[in-house]
Amino acid sequence: MVEIVNRPYAKAFETFATARPEVLCLSADLTSSCEVDGFRDRHPDQFLSLGMAEQNMLSFAGGLAMQGFRPFLHTFSVFLYRRPYDQLINSIAYSNRKVRLMGFLPGITTPGGITHQAIEDISVMRAIPNMTILECGDATEVETVLEVADSIDGPVYARVLRGEVPRLFSTPFEFNRLRTLSEGDDVLVVTSGVCTEEALRAAEPLKARGIGIHHLHASTLKPFDRDGLIRAARGKKGVVTLENHTINGGLGSLVAEILAEEGLGVKLRRLGLQDTFAHGASKPYLMKKYRLDASALIFAIGDLLGKVIDIADGELDAVRLDTVHSAQKAEAL
Amino acid sequence: MPLSNQQKTEDVAAGIRKRVFLHTMRNNGGYLSQACSAAESLAFLYNEALKLGEPTLPKVPLPFAGVPSSDNPDAFTGAGYHGSFAPDYDRLIISPAHYALVIYSALIQMGRMDEHALDHFNVDGGSVEMIGAEHSPGMEVTTGSLAQGLSMASGLAWARKKKGEAGKVWVYMSDGEFQEGQTWECLAAMSHHQIDNIRVVVDVNRQQCDGAMSSVLDLGDLAARVSAFGVTCRSIDGHDLDAFRKAAGSAEPGKPLIILANTSPYQGMEFLKRRFPRLHYVRFKSAEERQEMQTAIAAELGVDEAEIARA
Repeated sequence: MVEIVNRPYAKAFETFATARPEVLCLSADLTSSCEVDGFRDRHPDQFLSLGMAEQNMLSFAGGLAMQGFRPFLHTFSVFLYRRPYDQLINSIAYSNRKVRLMGFLPGITTPGGITHQAIEDISVMRAIPNMTILECGDATEVETVLEVADSIDGPVYARVLRGEVPRLFSTPFEFNRLRTLSEGDDVLVVTSGVCTEEALRAAEPLKARGIGIHHLHASTLKPFDRDGLIRAARGKKGVVTLENHTINGGLGSLVAEILAEEGLGVKLRRLGLQDTFAHGASKPYLMKKYRLDASALIFAIGDLLGKVIDIADGELDAVRLDTVHSAQKAEAL
Repeated sequence: MPLSNQQKTEDVAAGIRKRVFLHTMRNNGGYLSQACSAAESLAFLYNEALKLGEPTLPKVPLPFAGVPSSDNPDAFTGAGYHGSFAPDYDRLIISPAHYALVIYSALIQMGRMDEHALDHFNVDGGSVEMIGAEHSPGMEVTTGSLAQGLSMASGLAWARKKKGEAGKVWVYMSDGEFQEGQTWECLAAMSHHQIDNIRVVVDVNRQQCDGAMSSVLDLGDLAARVSAFGVTCRSIDGHDLDAFRKAAGSAEPGKPLIILANTSPYQGMEFLKRRFPRLHYVRFKSAEERQEMQTAIAAELGVDEAEIARA
């Protein structure tokens, strides 16, 4: 079975920040929800509580960065860009300040409904000059995203996973490099965030039916590993993107832009929220309802190949974590 | 020209009004009222209160060097006109970027910018923008979207305090910014974190773009509201330099100092009263109207009208 890591961010942040006195931990009343409550209690000199006041927090962070501190802002993804968007632009992004926005509960990973589900964050952030966008897909990436974020000369937005997180990868987060999880010949599948684990569930059943999947995991969304995508897309019968986000402006859109600019003429299916808001419910329920799951991926692949691929849900459930683990081993080689 | 304490502060204030007036007349419009309300505040700050080093940017403003980014090493901010960021020196964050013309005039009056630096005002490709950008002289942050300057300055002040720097962080802002929720978020944070190395001067002219604040969205007893947040608040006559001196020296440990400078939007240019309440940006509908204002205000300021003709 694949390893499940409990609260990987909590430990990683403490190790990371305590070694770097110029790193500050900022929080907006969601300190334990973002797994930095232990850090707050043990390292109060490096912690700043700014309350439910995100507009002030973002501008305040800009001021901290002006003095050489590197603030890491902790709150839910939605609260980092919706309410304080003007502050994000004028107090942080324009001036290219080294402020790190650590966004928790991205997309439909929260049952909190529309108010808590950041479903267009990547789209919004992609439109901002100077912004770097990272997204964690497993525990290893959660543990190693901090060094990557901190190496960037400018603002960074990172989608972080909390709680029990599976370990899919054995190598650390590598900036602006697509991870190759399998190298089949028929269809290119590009996934990000929690959708990568979901897509891996489909790997073995598809292989058993003779369908070759080239699977790439994207953890840097801006900039983007353009060459890696083009190499993998060339000669394929189709491309499918799967993301925990609206299909407008995120992974699906950026892949479409590159395919079109490169003139590859390959068909593309974008899976994700189909230009709709979601609502409050469990992650598995929402992934199934909004077609972000393995069976949606299999359907899209079949559509591209012009065939019906019959794989029952039971088969997908059964292969879940073992498949994930073996796929990662292949990559590690 | 001298850098500080070599001119009387009253003369600096008069110089600011005169420069803004001349420029407004020469350019057929401008932010004239802001000079009326702000002249004493800025004269006091630059001539007495601020501890600033020699300018680090050339007296003649540089062209715009591109927006900041990781691949643009040439980008600069206008903070260079306030000197270096040495630990003992003060910083001045200007929040209402619409006061840019007044700030530029103050920098010229203080000898921090070239006498003819306003020739670069609002010129394409230049850095002396109409609404101050962070590359514009005297500006350090992007504040044209109002009410962010105070929060950025608070972060800056907190950071300077943590580093043990002796220099203060001064903020110049306008009362209209108290209509934005962010200002109140910031007051709560400043108070909670006891940021006591910050000094804020607010131009309480009770004017905004639409007209008098009382007709747009009144702030009532602003001093009481601000004080209620647990900061030290002094409400003074914003044209009384002695009142400024007393207020600036009255900071309390553990508390930020907010000076509400109650000002008149036509102080020194009483003729502008006729325009009340539309004072945000003064423009002219006819040559006659322009001439009438020119003659009247020139007389008030003791300016020779022939000086306006200078190209």
